[in-house]
Amino acid sequence: MIPEFEKFKGFSAKNLPKDEPLASGHRACQGCGEVLALRMVMKALGREVIVCNATGCMEIITTPFPQTAWNVPWIHVAFENAAAVASGVEAGRKVLMRKGRIPKRHIDILAVGGDGATGDIGLQWISGAFERGHDLLYVCLDNEAYMNTGIQRSGCTPYGAMTTTSPPGKESFGQVTWKKNIPAIMAAHGIPYVATASPAYYLDLMNKVKKAALVKGPAYVHIYSPCPTGWGSAGDKSVEYARLAVETKVFPLYEVIEGRYIISRKITKPKPVSDYLKGQRRFRHLTDEQISYIQNRVDTEYEKIVKLAEMS
Amino acid sequence: MAKRVGIEVSIAVAEAVRLADVDVVPAYPITPQTHIVEHLSEFVANGELDAEFIPVESEHAAMSCCCGSSAAGARTFTSSSSQGLSLMSEILYHPGPMRLPIVMVVANRALAAPISIWNDHQDIMVQRDIGWIQTFAENGQDAFDLTLHAFRVAEDRRVSLPMIVNIDGFTLSHVIEPIEILSKEEVGRFLPPFKPRFRLDTKKPISIGPVGVPEVYTEAKVAHNEALKASKRVIVQAWKEFANLFGRQYNPVETYRSEDAEVILVTMGSISETAMTAVDAMRDAGQKVGLVRIRLWRPFPGPEFKKAIGKAGVLAVIDRCLPPGAVCGPVGAELRSLFYKVPGAPKIFSFVAGLGGRDVTVDRFKEIVEKARTYAKRRPVENYEVIGVREQ
Ligand SMILES: Cc1ncc(C[n+]2csc(CCOP(=O)(O)OP(=O)(O)O)c2C)c(N)n1
Ligand code: SF4
Repeated sequence: MIPEFEKFKGFSAKNLPKDEPLASGHRACQGCGEVLALRMVMKALGREVIVCNATGCMEIITTPFPQTAWNVPWIHVAFENAAAVASGVEAGRKVLMRKGRIPKRHIDILAVGGDGATGDIGLQWISGAFERGHDLLYVCLDNEAYMNTGIQRSGCTPYGAMTTTSPPGKESFGQVTWKKNIPAIMAAHGIPYVATASPAYYLDLMNKVKKAALVKGPAYVHIYSPCPTGWGSAGDKSVEYARLAVETKVFPLYEVIEGRYIISRKITKPKPVSDYLKGQRRFRHLTDEQISYIQNRVDTEYEKIVKLAEMS
Repeated sequence: MAKRVGIEVSIAVAEAVRLADVDVVPAYPITPQTHIVEHLSEFVANGELDAEFIPVESEHAAMSCCCGSSAAGARTFTSSSSQGLSLMSEILYHPGPMRLPIVMVVANRALAAPISIWNDHQDIMVQRDIGWIQTFAENGQDAFDLTLHAFRVAEDRRVSLPMIVNIDGFTLSHVIEPIEILSKEEVGRFLPPFKPRFRLDTKKPISIGPVGVPEVYTEAKVAHNEALKASKRVIVQAWKEFANLFGRQYNPVETYRSEDAEVILVTMGSISETAMTAVDAMRDAGQKVGLVRIRLWRPFPGPEFKKAIGKAGVLAVIDRCLPPGAVCGPVGAELRSLFYKVPGAPKIFSFVAGLGGRDVTVDRFKEIVEKARTYAKRRPVENYEVIGVREQ
């Protein structure tokens, strides 16, 4: 077991931090699940953190110069390289502390990016940082498409979903590939901590983020983040969809601690996937046959996680 | 005390970086830059340099890491070349406007296709407008001195800009030369510890690299350009101080037997040494030929260049870069635009030579001067000419 976890009591409804390292007044759309998740991430981490942000919605909406929503030191360089920038920040601080040029004080290093920045273009940089073992935490805010550039498909876009580059048409039903399993790729690096989280289960999310930060070495948290604008869903339904994704087994919540899979919330009485799909414009075109394909595949994928947890 | 030793130029560069007590070196190998980073990693492994050597997975990550460590307040160095520099390209545009004083030595090399590991200047000319200060070394001593100079200038609070020292691949990077290696104390007298203007610090949070909305983007670009132009004063001042301390004087533009010259060769980098030999030979033959070497490429030292050429009526500019479909080589184009509509401007002829490791010999310089003389009387058909192309 990871020794750093012993000291951590966990957040509860009673001891939620009041501080907001990510200030309100940013320019996210109404009901944005990403910014909600990011706010919780920052609440969990507090102010002793340096944030390295990838290009994407969260970077754009928080820093239109001369404004900034960040109450903590923040840097953005490019779309794909947040993990490498974070590696540099971590190494720089480490050597400066060793040489006595800055006070010896632990500060968390957070790299954060969307699913595109993480699972597609940025995979190499994260892989490099994880391989080298930098003491940093990478958080992916997965809204299942490239939202910042106007809702194009990504490797994390779910099967059948409509985006501007996976449009349904006479010859197509939307995204033709299954969602890329990024947490599994991250876990394959053999890093100490990987987790999935959802803003609908905010205490679970915050505890996972905090644990990821406590871990010495690389850690990864993949956060499901509804996007009303990209999904064609109602702004006030984001948390509901986030919960439905878990209850239908579409987005299972689990941790991979030193290679061991632990399911955070076992779904014994799953709701049908169609409950989750309906109401989102991106799935509106799907036929019953396609929905039943999705249902089967979701069940199979969930079983894999259950097996992995049993084996651990 | 400084010691003159026979040493490979790459190792001398690594020595300079060690003497600068660099903090972070993210690096990815590419020929002919490898010896520099290999030696740095050896210094770190042997405890001769207290730094973080980060063996990244690509050049793009190397420069990204540099941005992070420099923003954290650490003295940061990397080195690259050719395809690697091109892979970095996206990130090379960031540290300038972000005012991160990263230092990089580029061992200049040709770009594919066809793949070539040998020297020319195509790799750096592609990166002409990244907004870094750029100098060119002519020999090993220059490479050592200019590396120390780069840290001093880049980190000066009046400058706070990234800086590249260009050294020719192989013809410079891999030769063994007698080089005066300064002592730790001597370097200490020239290069103060890095005190960043700002750093990522939770005690005083700042946002670095925000969105540039249309209302501010132009201003950000102008501010960067102004800073780059203004850096020239500090660059020159640091060179003066270096000369006072160690006796070697560097200038933005340097001349060789150019005072009364009718024809002036214009070069950058290590071919300048062969060019000097060629000038001597032509002078011996009674020709009024001189040489002007551009040491500071960015910011371009316009007034210094104009002064350096004196009253010469003909300039023969040698580019080691062939920009396909362009009107002229990059250095040639720069100088033509510098003299555009200047009364009494010299006639400027543009030559491309030394691509992909082809030697530029003394005879080639003679040929170039001869051609320039002919073209001064009878305009050339083409805007530039590639020298020494084999016919079959
Ligand atoms: C090298 C590069 N390619 C493409 C882009 C354009 N681009 C900026 S943000 C973005 C999509 C971001 O998507 P994601 O990472 O999923 O984050 P989101 O905006 O959805 O939060 C793209 C394609 C870029 N900035 N840089
Ligand atoms: S487009 Fe989506 S992710 Fe981006 S700010 Fe709007 S709701 Fe959030």
